[in-house]
Amino acid sequence: MSQVEIPVFTAPRSLKPVVTHFCPGCQHGTVHRLVAEALDHFAVQERTIGVASVGCSVFLYEYFAIDVVESPHGRAPAVATGVKRALPDRVVFTYQGDGDLAAIGTSEIIHAANRGEALTVIFVNNTTYGMTGGQMAPTTLAGQQTSTSPYGRDPANDGSPIRMAELLAQLDGTRFSARVAVDSPRHVIQAGRVIREAFATQIQARGFAFVEVLATCPTNWGMNPVQANQRIAAELIPCFPLGTFKKIESQS
Amino acid sequence: MTLDLFIAGFGGQGVLLLGNLLAYAAILEGKNASYFPAYGVEKRGGAATCTVVISDDEVASPVVGRPGCAILLNQASLDKYLPRVRPGGWALVNSSLAEENLPRVAPIEVLALPLTELALDVGDARLVNLVAAGIWARKSQALTLASLESALRKVLPERNHRFIPLNVEALKRGAALIAS
Amino acid sequence: MDQRLFVKGNEAVAMGALAAGCRYYFGYPITPQSDIPEFTARELPRLGGTFIQAESEIAAINMLLGASACGMRAMTSSSSPGISLKQEGLSYMAGSELPGLVVNICRSGPGLGGIDASQADYFQAVKGGGHGGYRLIVLAPHSVQEMYDLALLAFDLSDRYRIPAMLLGDSVIGQMKEALIPHPRAQVELPPKDWAVRGKQEGAPQRVVKSLYLGDGELEAHNWRLHERYALLEARETRWEGLHTDDAELLVTAFGITARIAKSAVRMAREAGFKVGLLRPVSLFPFPREAFRTVTLVTKKVLCCELNTGQMVEDVRLSVARDAEVYFYGRPPGAGSLPTPEEFAEQIARYCGGAA
Ligand SMILES: Cc1ncc(C[n+]2csc(CCOP(=O)(O)OP(=O)(O)O)c2C)c(N)n1
Ligand code: SF4
Ligand SMILES: [Mg+2]
Repeated sequence: MSQVEIPVFTAPRSLKPVVTHFCPGCQHGTVHRLVAEALDHFAVQERTIGVASVGCSVFLYEYFAIDVVESPHGRAPAVATGVKRALPDRVVFTYQGDGDLAAIGTSEIIHAANRGEALTVIFVNNTTYGMTGGQMAPTTLAGQQTSTSPYGRDPANDGSPIRMAELLAQLDGTRFSARVAVDSPRHVIQAGRVIREAFATQIQARGFAFVEVLATCPTNWGMNPVQANQRIAAELIPCFPLGTFKKIESQS
Repeated sequence: MTLDLFIAGFGGQGVLLLGNLLAYAAILEGKNASYFPAYGVEKRGGAATCTVVISDDEVASPVVGRPGCAILLNQASLDKYLPRVRPGGWALVNSSLAEENLPRVAPIEVLALPLTELALDVGDARLVNLVAAGIWARKSQALTLASLESALRKVLPERNHRFIPLNVEALKRGAALIAS
Repeated sequence: MDQRLFVKGNEAVAMGALAAGCRYYFGYPITPQSDIPEFTARELPRLGGTFIQAESEIAAINMLLGASACGMRAMTSSSSPGISLKQEGLSYMAGSELPGLVVNICRSGPGLGGIDASQADYFQAVKGGGHGGYRLIVLAPHSVQEMYDLALLAFDLSDRYRIPAMLLGDSVIGQMKEALIPHPRAQVELPPKDWAVRGKQEGAPQRVVKSLYLGDGELEAHNWRLHERYALLEARETRWEGLHTDDAELLVTAFGITARIAKSAVRMAREAGFKVGLLRPVSLFPFPREAFRTVTLVTKKVLCCELNTGQMVEDVRLSVARDAEVYFYGRPPGAGSLPTPEEFAEQIARYCGGAA
């Protein structure tokens, strides 16, 4: 009797079969995979253009088997605006960190959302500047020690963590805004669904979609991968609640 | 032949429109022309100036230090710019609003006419620029009234085209002052 | 007869860009160039193009980067303070080898400065401006017609060499009106944009537009490649205008509006019997070094006139024959600082030994 092998789990087509440079326990890799699965789900790999930002995810083009434009730090939403306006029938997404999107690029993200650009924005919030060595980010938690907040973030001096998903949900141009985490199988499945939803928003011409993903940076948090993963539920989610803050079904 | 003209007055006297009109008419006659509005802080202070150069050749500088002619529509312009007119040149001065009270420095011809009153007589004080255009065109013999009339259609926004007959009358009134 | 329009320099540059096939404009308002976004906001939608008033000059240059990465002809315009904000994006475009047009209707600085004509951004324009040792193609129009013509040329050069192009104007050239004869874009053969992103087809190579090169030796090689292209640009695409250079004892040089003023001054001086000529760089980068060298093999005195305290004069000094003397006459920009032909003519008389 011959046996037929039925693959139940394969690598996404939209990802290259390569080893990433991410640190052990870093969740950028998980988020990459979820994005790639969404592209595969909609079979849009061949008409997708990724817009990379500056941060640990700068090598987007090394991992995704898609065309990519790199942008200056924080400017990905503006670059993506140019791309989407030039090629309106393509699927365009940015992939940005919290330093990139919520500090230096605040202006670009707010105005891209406010114009209702038909983009999907994947925002990886790891509460720190991963690439440059763990400095304080606008999302760093109160009391969190980083290399530039050695005594812990002091809201009186540094402000409080900025909640981008809620903030962007306020804008008329935003059609979808949600926050997810990838710290448990349940959350990963949920995150995958929400990221698909964010691409659906674009593909169905509904407009601007934003997904904030809470993610680990074990290296700069000074934790091992397990501890870092536990910190998501223990510290991050209480400050950054998961959920969908806006979802408009009608076309823009 | 090259003619250069400096025009100055206060905002609302149509200084920029006047320069634009003369330069445009020259273009319609197949000449070369430049029109350079000086704007900026001065404009905000209420003054408006512009420089027009009309030439059969290529216009070299659109900026002129000592113009061959000046149209000066108010007192401040007269005081400031009359001394800049080149020796041998001439100036048209709006005597309704300005009188020459500084000693003249260079041998120039000054044509002082009550332009605002003439404009009022035609129908509106704002026609002062067109009265001046008629005078300048006729005296300099650089432009025909016909091309000025055509240029009016180009420089006035569509919504103001209904004023063209009145504008033409102002042009003619100005020109007639020189003919007589 | 060709249609002769009478338009502002700012309108002419926008018309030229549209004639060049540019269908994307991204910009942020600033005096004295707002006629450009106003014109493109009106005209682009009629042509099926895109106009975006960006939230800042930074966003605008990055939108240009994005559209250009897709292979589109796109532009932005601004004036000095806004051009400063675009330097980051320009550096990325240069590093990513992206074409595109940036118009600088230069105003006076530093800082907020003023809105009067200035050439104080010469260094910034021709020496790179942003970080990383790149160059832009820099063209300096001196008439309304050239605002149009050089916009067309800038797009062609930028596409051919994959170097961003800048038109360096000033508030006089931008605001003045002159006759313009519009004409269609020249049919030149340009290399295909086989680097532009468009969505990776099955089996096709991935296209990546980037300026990051981290592998051993990669960035050095990239920089040498750019450098060679700049050298090629200099060998092939240098442009200038000469006037009475054959018998000149004094060579006046100036660009942009200052060259127009100088033309009148040269005419006045010639009428007064002075043997004076003019060399006007049209391309500021590449700089017409060879033209300066050749003319100064015979003409030993050069007077460089600028609307600043001396910037292009440095390139002139580096270009002239060894024994030529270079003098400078300029004014730092600001209200009431516009030099006149009479003023330049005086300077010419001063340096032209032995009046006729
Ligand atoms: C103009 C500019 N300023 C600073 C930097 C340095 N820089 C590179 S990445 C980065 C922060 C990245 O943090 P984040 O966006 O949170 O991404 P992560 O690495 O955490 O994923 C900074 C400040 C830069 N590249 N450009
Ligand atoms: S530094 Fe942090 S964000 Fe960057 S790869 Fe390492 S773990 Fe990930
Ligand atoms: Mg981060």
